[in-house]
Amino acid sequence: MSTDTIVRLPDQATARIPRVNFISKENGILSWLLTGDHKRIATLYLISITFFFAVGGALAGLIRLELLTPQSDLMAADTYNKVFSMHGIIMVFLFLVPSVPATLGNFLMPLMIGAKDLALPKINLLSWYLYIIAGCMMLWTMMTGGVDTGWTFTVPLSTHYVNTNVITAGLAVFVAGFSSVFTGLNFIVTIHKMRAPGMTWFRLPLFVWSNYAASILMVLGTPVLAITLVLIVLERAFGIGVFDPAKGGDPILFQHLFWFYSHPAVYIMILPGMGVISEVVSTFSRKRVFGYTAVAFSSVAIAVFAFFVWEHHMFIMGVSNYSTLVFSLLTMLVAVPSAIKIFNWSFTLYKGSITFETPMLYAFGFMGLFTIGGLTGVFLASSGTDIHLTETYFIVAHFHFVMVGGMLMAFLSGIHFWWPKWTGRMYPEKISQLAALFTFIGFNFTFFPQFILGTLGMPRRYAAYPPEFQVLNVFSTAGATILGIGYLLPILYLTWSLKYGEIAGPNPWQATGLEWQIQSPPLTENFSEIPIVDHDAYDYEWLERKEREVTSVG
Amino acid sequence: MSDSTVTVPGAHAAHEHPPYQRHHFESMEQQVDATNFAMWLFLLTEIMFFGGLFCSYLIFRNWYYPAFVEASHQLNIFWGTLNTAVLITSSFTMAMGVWSAEMRKKGALVFCLVLTFLLGLVFLGIKYIEYHEKWEKHHVPGFHYSMKSFTDPASDPEVFNEYHDKPLLPDMARHTEIYFGLYFAMTGMHALHMIIGISILGFMIFRARAGAYTTGHITFVENFGLYWHFVDIIWIFLYPLLYLISRHT
Amino acid sequence: MSAHSDPHHGTGHDHGPNEQDVHDSLNHIVPPRIYIIVGLALLILTGTTAAVSFIDLGVFNAVVALFIACTKASIVVLFFMHVKYSSKLTKLTLFSGLFLFCVLIGLTLSDYMTRAWGRW
Repeated sequence: MSTDTIVRLPDQATARIPRVNFISKENGILSWLLTGDHKRIATLYLISITFFFAVGGALAGLIRLELLTPQSDLMAADTYNKVFSMHGIIMVFLFLVPSVPATLGNFLMPLMIGAKDLALPKINLLSWYLYIIAGCMMLWTMMTGGVDTGWTFTVPLSTHYVNTNVITAGLAVFVAGFSSVFTGLNFIVTIHKMRAPGMTWFRLPLFVWSNYAASILMVLGTPVLAITLVLIVLERAFGIGVFDPAKGGDPILFQHLFWFYSHPAVYIMILPGMGVISEVVSTFSRKRVFGYTAVAFSSVAIAVFAFFVWEHHMFIMGVSNYSTLVFSLLTMLVAVPSAIKIFNWSFTLYKGSITFETPMLYAFGFMGLFTIGGLTGVFLASSGTDIHLTETYFIVAHFHFVMVGGMLMAFLSGIHFWWPKWTGRMYPEKISQLAALFTFIGFNFTFFPQFILGTLGMPRRYAAYPPEFQVLNVFSTAGATILGIGYLLPILYLTWSLKYGEIAGPNPWQATGLEWQIQSPPLTENFSEIPIVDHDAYDYEWLERKEREVTSVG
Repeated sequence: MSDSTVTVPGAHAAHEHPPYQRHHFESMEQQVDATNFAMWLFLLTEIMFFGGLFCSYLIFRNWYYPAFVEASHQLNIFWGTLNTAVLITSSFTMAMGVWSAEMRKKGALVFCLVLTFLLGLVFLGIKYIEYHEKWEKHHVPGFHYSMKSFTDPASDPEVFNEYHDKPLLPDMARHTEIYFGLYFAMTGMHALHMIIGISILGFMIFRARAGAYTTGHITFVENFGLYWHFVDIIWIFLYPLLYLISRHT
Repeated sequence: MSAHSDPHHGTGHDHGPNEQDVHDSLNHIVPPRIYIIVGLALLILTGTTAAVSFIDLGVFNAVVALFIACTKASIVVLFFMHVKYSSKLTKLTLFSGLFLFCVLIGLTLSDYMTRAWGRW
């Protein structure tokens, strides 16, 4: 492990946070609650998302505690159903979907393209309020009894057989969906219409490309989820019959409509994270991303292909064999663009000057864990294997590898990478590297055993299991404890750093990108004059040639 | 070049722009372009939103064609066709409203908007009449649904004398509830969009009378027009799919 | 990267109705007679589709009805919504929405239509 670092901080004796920045510009709670500034909205999102992550994480803790023993002794089976359902719903809709786009995306998008704000600031604020409303509705759902159908709301269980808060949960997700749609809509308009002069499409940072692709998915896919939830509410409240076999309805229709969104949703969750990794890998190998065009196009390809593969969630549900064949094939195809990205990042690292600051540690974690998760996805794409592995812990392990080992690591990588830009202060390096290590070790201990459990046949969503599975479950829970510490530490030291962190200056990482050429934290209007761009992304020679900026400001 | 932390005096004065141009845009053209594109993207979400309903409709119409045919006879073709004509006319008046704003004719704009508003209300009024009739005849899905009109069509002379439907067996007759479920879901969702549109129209009439849209800044009217035409297009598809499945005897 | 902005063109220019303030993408105002023609066409097509539904064409009833509906929708989109005079981006946006709608219907139907084919 190299002790070199690329961090260059200003002289701490004389450095100050710039007096005028987006945080200090206006005071008072209303200036935050009625803001149009994308950076303030991003901050509001960051706080809210962290809160819901903590709720979802606590629910995960309860799951793992229950699964320490083969019997359903910590909680009744019905309660366990509610716990994993709420864990899934909160983590998917209130954490993963908005995580990078609503926080880092909102904060960085205008900065990266050289604009003063997103195209529709009021819609941006509305998006946050919808998120908060959805969150409150979800908390209300939990407090009044929860929902126990799983995050997938499968019918006819959710419409005809359970007595829990399906309608409130469904409506909460409906509202959260619109929050997501408005964020995506804003990004697409901004990227098309507000790039600075000279910022052509192929000079954009890859973070922008990834968020653009994810935004397309948000805008086009989420409405189908919305109408599906409306149909569930109507079915449950009025018995319209579309999903009721007794009236001639088809439960599989629900699944077609639900997964039409929910498969693209997983790419909504992962694409922005991949964008973060592109930025981080480039900066910490001091090299432009290998095959920029391939990475950019692969983001869009993932977005397009994402819409063609949803039936692979339904192979055992009663769909026709012929459609199974078609979708299995299409699913194999969608793995290709993701793999292209992994190859490109690897080639970026090759002969680069690699250093191991915390964002890079998380990025390495991402590359390894996402590869494993993605590969197991290909195993599941093959319908023959899927028939045996579906609805077992293999699936649980697969999606946690890509979502937690992949996306959550990318999120943490991004938060650490852009923390100095956002707050003007550095996080403490040693403890953050330790937290990253904890996360990696804890993660592997938690979820790798679950692959084995799945192949051995342990079903998912069961509170009780045969005793022969206990050892692996205990391993998994032990890992979860370490993982929990790994997630708790950043919340603590990042908060600490707000007051005591070292002053970062505009560009502590010596990164390229427009966001690193302005002060930290940025001004409310980002750029006092719109820049004119005359160089490609990741142009480290340009960075060297550029006049050294004054590193102490204010 | 580091950003100064002191704003250059007169920097704002150097960026003279019309009062309705937002500060984060560099020009009115950019603002107009961006907001127009944003409205189109929103309409995309609406296509996919209704798309799920159309997909469901397609499948069940295919499966239960006889039930759908007989259930659709319960819809009054006169009201349906009239409503279609009303919406088409309202689309016309809305387009003329946009033209009036472009030509800065305030009186014409207000007139067109008021006409559109009234036609929208007429549409909703007719919809209410239709829904009321469905309620009276126990064709609203749920607890009070009755399939008697389909197992014994002669018990409903009004429709029977026109179409002479054959009685459906109970297991096909119960599928008519799905038809009505989709009917209410689709037209209900459409009506909800109409209500939202009419509310915004009311607001716009108020602002138009104050001259807000006839000074060259017409994006609000234009983008609303896109929304209104889209709601019309949804109805253009709902009409044949719900009312005109098969009206021949 | 130079940090100066474009010289600003927007300073107090004359606001005539045909300036850049007129807000079709190509500054194109559609004349009312086009709207009248389109409106009349829509009403005629509505009458046609209602009348045709009283004739027994078998499976073609649905085909004709949808064809007429698509025609009506097209002229609303092209003329009332100005897509005929709009930028490529607008046309591409609309096309991508319609394409995805077709994917939803088409791939879902690929399941429903092949269920009855049974096993291999």
